[in-house]
Amino acid sequence: MTAAGGWRQADRGPRLKRKKRGGGGGSRELSMVDDVEFTSYYGRPIIKPPVWKSPEVPLYLFLGGAAGSSAILSALGEFTKRPTLAKAAQILAGGGALGSVGLLIVDLGRPERFLHMLRVFKPTSPLSVGSYILSPFSALTVGAAGLHVLGWFPRLRKLAAVGAGALGGPMTTYTAVLIANTAVPSWHAAGEQLPFVFAGSGMAAGGGMTMAFSPVAEAGPARKMAVAGAAIELAAMHQVENGHGIVSEPYHEGRPGLLLKIAKACTVSGAALTLLTGRKRVGAVLAGALLAAGSALTRFGVFEAGMVSAKDPKYTVVPQRERLAARQNGHAPTVTR
Amino acid sequence: MTISSASPAWTGRDPEHRLYGPLPDVQGESGYDGDHPARVGFFTDTSVCIGCKACEVACKEWNTLPMDDSHGRRDALGLSGMSYDNTGQLGANSWRHVAFIEQSRTVDLPMPTFGRPGGDRTGSGPSPAAGAEQDDALARAQASVLNAEALSEFDPQTTQSGTDKQIRWLMSSDVCKHCTHAGCLDVCPTGALVRTEFGTVVVQGDICNGCGYCVPACPYGVIETRKDDGRAFKCTMCYDRLTDGLMPACATACPTQSIQFGNLDELQARADARLATLQSQGVESARLYGRDEDDGVGGNGAFFLLLDEPEVYGLPPDPVVTTRDLPAMWRAAAKGAAMVVGVAVTAVLASWRRK
Repeated sequence: MTAAGGWRQADRGPRLKRKKRGGGGGSRELSMVDDVEFTSYYGRPIIKPPVWKSPEVPLYLFLGGAAGSSAILSALGEFTKRPTLAKAAQILAGGGALGSVGLLIVDLGRPERFLHMLRVFKPTSPLSVGSYILSPFSALTVGAAGLHVLGWFPRLRKLAAVGAGALGGPMTTYTAVLIANTAVPSWHAAGEQLPFVFAGSGMAAGGGMTMAFSPVAEAGPARKMAVAGAAIELAAMHQVENGHGIVSEPYHEGRPGLLLKIAKACTVSGAALTLLTGRKRVGAVLAGALLAAGSALTRFGVFEAGMVSAKDPKYTVVPQRERLAARQNGHAPTVTR
Repeated sequence: MTISSASPAWTGRDPEHRLYGPLPDVQGESGYDGDHPARVGFFTDTSVCIGCKACEVACKEWNTLPMDDSHGRRDALGLSGMSYDNTGQLGANSWRHVAFIEQSRTVDLPMPTFGRPGGDRTGSGPSPAAGAEQDDALARAQASVLNAEALSEFDPQTTQSGTDKQIRWLMSSDVCKHCTHAGCLDVCPTGALVRTEFGTVVVQGDICNGCGYCVPACPYGVIETRKDDGRAFKCTMCYDRLTDGLMPACATACPTQSIQFGNLDELQARADARLATLQSQGVESARLYGRDEDDGVGGNGAFFLLLDEPEVYGLPPDPVVTTRDLPAMWRAAAKGAAMVVGVAVTAVLASWRRK
């Protein structure tokens, strides 16, 4: 679009062609969308990229998901005569929760002020809601895991496991809302799919790791949960990668694209291995490790794709322009949000 | 602990526009009683901005902001290579930012009767038509050619000397928009961001815990955390001056009244009149940005008169408050959570049967 009045941006003019990534790679992937023309202020980003630190926050997302689904498994294991499975899942959930609280505090930068999170309860802030999920969840899972290791108060332990299991579901999915409720285009657009990606990915990791740490005779539910989770993760991620026009682009280009490709390979092979050799000790460990790696890499890929979309003004301007044009033409926008 | 009423969403007083849309009484929705002061704001008329940066300097001086170079590094000099703009962007240490856009004019020769090939701005095309229609086309073509001259009568940006005719300068002083529905305020988990009695949005430095959630939540990319400090900072509309009955520092320092401060409804009326004047003088590219209360953020407390598309100035063309879509996201998250439980229970039951 040429600027009104016959004037054009002086410094560079409209960007015509998207830069093609390096020639490597045999398969020439077809571009998702047409090359777009848009103006910007010296190519500066319009929104500010998140200040969240890279290894900490994706790991926090991963641990939260794995801990949430493990907690549910452990609660069910407690009441279906699977003591070893319950113990393994409980220790995983407790460790994961403790780890994610630690990572959150590290990321805050001012750890002594973590308590400010509990000053108010704000339904409009997923981080506030998340604090009220994470705090009791980690207290309950760490308590249950501790009691299990010490072998004290089995009734109290079971009660804690049930409580943690009830919070396990929200624990796996709230982090998706946390990142989607931002102006980061590739996250915000996928706001209704990311909770399912995170749910599936959390189940793949939690089920996979529980399966790896339990005797194969008891690990049936963990295996099934891991395979189902992997399938859900792949299906939901497919929607995220393809359903949102130009803002889906960062999910299959560059570094995040590479991470997500490796993630997919890990998840697929982990799920296949679970089905084929999950009933053997070695197979279960290998499959569990692959599923956990796939889940973690998915979080890293999604995180970095959002960062890429925040830093390039194209992903902010083009969808908003299309939305405006659609509104003026009086039909539904082709680009959602 | 209190249930925060930071957003009108959950007070239930305005069921129509809980998370987005117009709010006639922003302060009232935030819990201030009836006799609060009127909502105040900035109207930044970029058509009279001369790019002097007095606003930037006055803001830095009054608020004792640290120095930043154009890449956001503290206490370092850096040149951005972006015309005269070495501030670069709004951020934790720059609460006013003057954008400089040099636009070179594309070929735009006055050819009244027949438009130039392939690019007729008047839109009617070069077809020779009946007399009246031709006169009309002529008048429109002249209006567009005379645009620069018409501007020169009131616009210090354009001059008439030969080479300058090839260049148009756009200068615009950007600032926090103090949105009706502020994404930063909605997502702040500590209550550090609050709505003041003037309808503006400020950060309480002693409550902010540096989580940084407000940073990507802002659809305009305004608020930012300070690197060495971790806490978030942005324009306060000089809240300290407002409480003493003074104008914000930037508006006080602006020599051309490009930055106008006052009650928001008065400013809106003034902006509408200014836009009408400009349009009657043939400045067809003039538009108001952030004035519309039906936009994605319910209208801005700080709005602008621009002479080109918003993205040319580094502003989003159609910003939407991030929390507008939150209910749908929470619903998806609840479904996802239920699915995890369902899958787990099914997995256990399926394993049981096989035994």
